[in-house]
Amino acid sequence: MAEVVLENLSKSFGATVGVEHVTMTIPDGAFVVLLGPTGVGKTTTLRLIAGLEKPDQGDVRVNGQSVLALNPAQRNVTMVFQQYSLYPHLSVRENLAFPLRSPLLKTPQEEINHKIRNVAEVLRIEHKLNNKVTELSGGEMQRVAIGRALVRDPSIYLMDEPLSSLDAKLRDELRVELKRIHQSLGATLLYVTHNQIEAMTMATHVGVLQNGKLVQFGSPREIYENPVSQYVAERLGSPRINVLPADLFGNAPKGAKTIGLRTEHIVQGSGIEGRINRVEHLGDHTRLHMSLAGHNMIAVMDPQNPASHGDTLAISPQNPLYFDADGIRIL
Amino acid sequence: MAEIVIENLRKNYGDFTAVQSSSFKVDDGDFFMLLGPSGCGKTTTMRMIAGLEMPTSGQIYIDGEDVSGKPAADRDIAFVFQMFALYPHLNVRNNIIYPLKSEGMPRAQIKAKLAEVSKILGIEDILQRPVSGLSGGDRQRVALGRAIVRDPKAFMMDEPLGALDVEFRERMAEELRALHDRMNATTVYVTHDQLEAMQMGDKIVVMNHGVIEQFGAPQIIYDKPATMFVADFIGSPSMNFLHFAGKVSANDTRVLLGDHAVEVPRQLAAYEGDLVLGIRPEHITLSDDGAYRAEVLASEYLGTNQIVTLNTAHGQVKARIRADQSANAGETVGLEFDSGRITLFAEQSEKAILSYLNEGVLEGG
Repeated sequence: MAEVVLENLSKSFGATVGVEHVTMTIPDGAFVVLLGPTGVGKTTTLRLIAGLEKPDQGDVRVNGQSVLALNPAQRNVTMVFQQYSLYPHLSVRENLAFPLRSPLLKTPQEEINHKIRNVAEVLRIEHKLNNKVTELSGGEMQRVAIGRALVRDPSIYLMDEPLSSLDAKLRDELRVELKRIHQSLGATLLYVTHNQIEAMTMATHVGVLQNGKLVQFGSPREIYENPVSQYVAERLGSPRINVLPADLFGNAPKGAKTIGLRTEHIVQGSGIEGRINRVEHLGDHTRLHMSLAGHNMIAVMDPQNPASHGDTLAISPQNPLYFDADGIRIL
Repeated sequence: MAEIVIENLRKNYGDFTAVQSSSFKVDDGDFFMLLGPSGCGKTTTMRMIAGLEMPTSGQIYIDGEDVSGKPAADRDIAFVFQMFALYPHLNVRNNIIYPLKSEGMPRAQIKAKLAEVSKILGIEDILQRPVSGLSGGDRQRVALGRAIVRDPKAFMMDEPLGALDVEFRERMAEELRALHDRMNATTVYVTHDQLEAMQMGDKIVVMNHGVIEQFGAPQIIYDKPATMFVADFIGSPSMNFLHFAGKVSANDTRVLLGDHAVEVPRQLAAYEGDLVLGIRPEHITLSDDGAYRAEVLASEYLGTNQIVTLNTAHGQVKARIRADQSANAGETVGLEFDSGRITLFAEQSEKAILSYLNEGVLEGG
């Protein structure tokens, strides 16, 4: 495995900015998640590292060596895509062995067998090795696709929303599994997603992208608790952070345009009165959809609380976040 | 609008039983969810209510009238599908008023209806646009408009949000629910997504293999599951199951989990054999000195809280605890259970054992 460094990396497609001046260090053994909505430059970053795109500017270094002159095969990276691309006419075993049979690698058969056994065990597909891939469920197919990346020993694994085409239950399972695989292999991983739960739960580091720029890089906890901007604050947290006019509660710092209230920043029972428009019982917690001085917001309550539609509830902020007119955090 | 009553409804396809013997009631104005994994019979049930399938046996009453033998056209129900079926060559306006035109409604009345519906849906400014160029959300609104404009007795919605991506889906779910609150139309909604069902529904029917496992308000189903299937299907992460052999007698307030006594809600029935102690992740707390020991395997940070996976003598469990409490992999900690929230199940039948907690719910299920 390896440390991968991106330095001042830029890539445009005509007038469209793909990524712009991205500088980032992916430490050896890290699980880095790039987070952002569709079209923000996540996939372009992966493709630049893989060598599938050529940067306009900047450098990609693996263990200190620039890899810009190398073609994708020589870079020794593996990529897992959202849509699993398996060979339908081959068995699970043959699909897993395929990358190892590459003329560049010339892996001895004994080693191939050994690696397939290991990977199949990690992914819990040992009993399916002799099946045709067309006989597998969606989740099993995606595990084989991940397995095909894992049999190799690349400098970095690149994954592009590998779980997004799966249903909710399976996604939960594979999330835990991927994290376990990462820990047991000590692999370096760069993972792209717009799903905040995946970013929060799996990453050692999260990089938040906005219009092709890396706007914050840190542990999930840092990003969640200390976002640099309203944009970053809105990327993590469910329900989404409430953003209200800064002067609503008074005491706003100078220059503040908006106040950001996560549900844990809300004290209930005193302050400004809002009206509860709808109560959602989600089981482990209850969401209150409220209107407060003409603004919509969401607060959270214990499920046993009897609050109901039409009630009023006073709220006040506690350690809230403030943002200026440009959405930049005011500390 | 209408009340819908289903009695002993059954549907066979040859040897295969899609719906076994369903009975439930949809109150007037309810947002009613049919929830379950694929193949559980939820869509078949809805199609029978709408008259798109004829039941093998059983009755369907709409506002007290037995409609079981009536064709779909005579039931006055509007259907909204997952793939919004719009007429691509017509503009938004003509798509919406199509059902009224074919009924032969007078023009002035159509105009008034269109104005009302487009206002409810907030699509007044796109009425002249062709539907082919619309965004997913607008297409969805037009499809809804075409259903609403007829003033049907009830709406049937078959995974109407299934094709949308996550972020957009959440917004549409809120919009749909707000629309329901404005119109108070009886709505039956099919989904396999438990969060969607909890979020939007007034009542939920949980189905599995053609059988109704439980029927009730979302929080009741969550707190007092009637079967292990329901306990597992509802909630994320789902309810923890600790497997043990033992016995309970009526009036017991504790059970022996191995050699560890656990307080439980007062039991109202006796059972001996393989038992399962069910407890939700948020009803487990970690303490240094708790007598029931467990090893921390992993923790998942979620911002407002974290999910900790632990190994116990009776299987793996997940606990939802505060984000600022430390739980490091490899540590051994004690577990405390919120004793009033425990459900005991009989392992073999997978059914909940009657207790003070679920009394009244189980008979009703």
